[in-house]
Amino acid sequence: MSDAAIPKSSAGTQTPAGRTEGRIGRRFRELAEAGELGLVAYITAGDPSLDATEKIVLAAAEAGADVIELGVPFSDPVADGPTIQRASERALRSGTTLAGVIELVRRLRAHTDVPLVLFSYFNPILQMGIAKFAEAASAAGADGVLATDLTPEEAVDYRATLHAHGLDTIFLAAPTSTDVRLALIAEFSSGFLYLISRTGVTGERAALPEDLPALARRVRRTTKLPLAVGFGISSPEHVSVLGGIADAAVVGSALMAEIEKARTPGDAVSAVANRIRALKHAARAGISKRSAERT
Amino acid sequence: MSYTANVVRERGRYGPYGGRYVPETLMAPLEELERVYAEARADRSFQAELDDLLHNFAGRPTPLQFASRLTEQLGGARIYLKREDLLHTGAHKINNCLGQGLLAVRMGKKRVIAETGAGQHGVATATVAARLGLTCTVYMGTEDMDRQRLNVNRMRLLGAEVIGVEAGSKTLKDAINEAMRDWVTNVRTSHYLLGSVLGAHPYPMIVRDFQKIIGEEAREQILRAEKRLPDYLYACVGGGSNSIGLFHAFLGDASVKMVGVEAGGRGKSLGEHAARLAAAEGFLGARPGVLQGTYTYVLQTADGQIATTHSVSAGLDYAAVGPEHAWLAEQGRAEYTAVIDEDAIAAAKMLARSEGIIPALESAHAVAELARRAPKMKKNEIVILNLSGRGDKDMETLSRYV
Repeated sequence: MSDAAIPKSSAGTQTPAGRTEGRIGRRFRELAEAGELGLVAYITAGDPSLDATEKIVLAAAEAGADVIELGVPFSDPVADGPTIQRASERALRSGTTLAGVIELVRRLRAHTDVPLVLFSYFNPILQMGIAKFAEAASAAGADGVLATDLTPEEAVDYRATLHAHGLDTIFLAAPTSTDVRLALIAEFSSGFLYLISRTGVTGERAALPEDLPALARRVRRTTKLPLAVGFGISSPEHVSVLGGIADAAVVGSALMAEIEKARTPGDAVSAVANRIRALKHAARAGISKRSAERT
Repeated sequence: MSYTANVVRERGRYGPYGGRYVPETLMAPLEELERVYAEARADRSFQAELDDLLHNFAGRPTPLQFASRLTEQLGGARIYLKREDLLHTGAHKINNCLGQGLLAVRMGKKRVIAETGAGQHGVATATVAARLGLTCTVYMGTEDMDRQRLNVNRMRLLGAEVIGVEAGSKTLKDAINEAMRDWVTNVRTSHYLLGSVLGAHPYPMIVRDFQKIIGEEAREQILRAEKRLPDYLYACVGGGSNSIGLFHAFLGDASVKMVGVEAGGRGKSLGEHAARLAAAEGFLGARPGVLQGTYTYVLQTADGQIATTHSVSAGLDYAAVGPEHAWLAEQGRAEYTAVIDEDAIAAAKMLARSEGIIPALESAHAVAELARRAPKMKKNEIVILNLSGRGDKDMETLSRYV
């Protein structure tokens, strides 16, 4: 999974859905072929500064993160626990805006081919204008977008506009989602589907919920999309367990806690890289459920 | 003028406003609430139980009082006060809390969560929780806990857990964020008893439906007293539940003009006020956007960050407004204006001395706007002002001005 050859465009082969396979799709296909659990790293952009985030993201990709979610800070992050709330406050204090995060994507694209997902609350996107946002994010080299407080019901135009610009639309599925809702979420999602492991906000937890395997099986019945599981995933042990359940683990608060603890941006870069190496090591030891089924 | 969106469209749209913008985890409980509410509304025994509580526990109907001395003092229109301040717990909030409390019981939820600004919704929720045997957690900004200390003590006495919120401007918006985080975590066992016509569908509809009794009573009462409809309705607008509660029964009466009064705070620049719809008066920073589940007018920066707000009145100190108000404003069906802190305080003193009623600082905003305009009205014109709450909770603030 070398980043040496950086194609100018993410255009590739056609997926069954008829959309072109982008960086996200390709990365998940490669992971499945290698029988390896993917690692999705969430980083709040602009904490402590966009320059620091640029270095952190490059180090995270180098250390083995398969997909990077760039968190766009928001003043009222209702889905987030204290760690990401504090990260968002620091990022806003450093002057971070959605336009600034898109510019960061453009800078990152000059150095890495790692799939980049913009992870935002809906209002900043809405204020920029969905069409303007999609055009700018796509031109900068972003691969997908996840809007935390946007469900398929409110996302008809959003999805059409983002897809028209070649951006994947990632939606959340939750333990409370009914089968009818899961089918709707799967229909609206591309790239991968993000399964929230538990009811609650983001943040580190000691153990994975006991009903997670059953939940993941229920989601699998509705979609062939790669399944990334997040919320409360922080340790190599969590990641090892997920190997048999999901296609990728999403780690966020644990990384942002490292950044919060670090005394300098340089320390943050190495702390995040070390954490990702440890998690990726555990991920490589786990076996993706889907590839296991195929072999 | 016709009001075309009387009935909430699919997914709770009022024109373009409203909707349901929440993390996926909350979609199932919102759908459940919508379903259970629809069943309850069709169930006579539910309505009978609610009516009994409203009558025998909360003290409905509330009087429509002719304010003869205020009328005389202002020298214009005949002023009637809808006395929601006389309800148990001291404000209109109990109407909605009783309704939603019964819905929580119907859903089998044993715990309710609430946010509160002025503390009136928190007190009403704690009261209803005690009455119905539910446990209760209330989130309140620490700034609001300081200025509404009496209500904090009342909630605790009623057995509620009050949790201070230190984030943001430490006021209502931040309390709602924290309540939503609690709800998303305890969604299977807890009902979020939202206190205003805010949030994701079906909340703006449900809260309005439980508050519209204010206008229904007032309409009957004024027809009895004056044999005709009023010319004007006045109410303060924070989230907008007492105002929508008064306005709703009159929306079909084209001759009735409606005035919603927001908090003008201490200045017109962003961060100094809570005027979301009164842009015509020069208050800056409100544009349509999404906050806490709904698409409506929101005070925000150019790049979509929600602004802090200021008002002397905790219950009006909020960055967004109920989506139905945004639609009423856009259609010109209701007019929205704003009153500054100083004028609200002066109006509270005026009402205390002219009518012997100490109003809540929220309601005092409506009184102030009426005091500005009533002298220019004709003597045969009729005004109903919703006196949404009483001022006991504001004595610490008010005592600084006596």
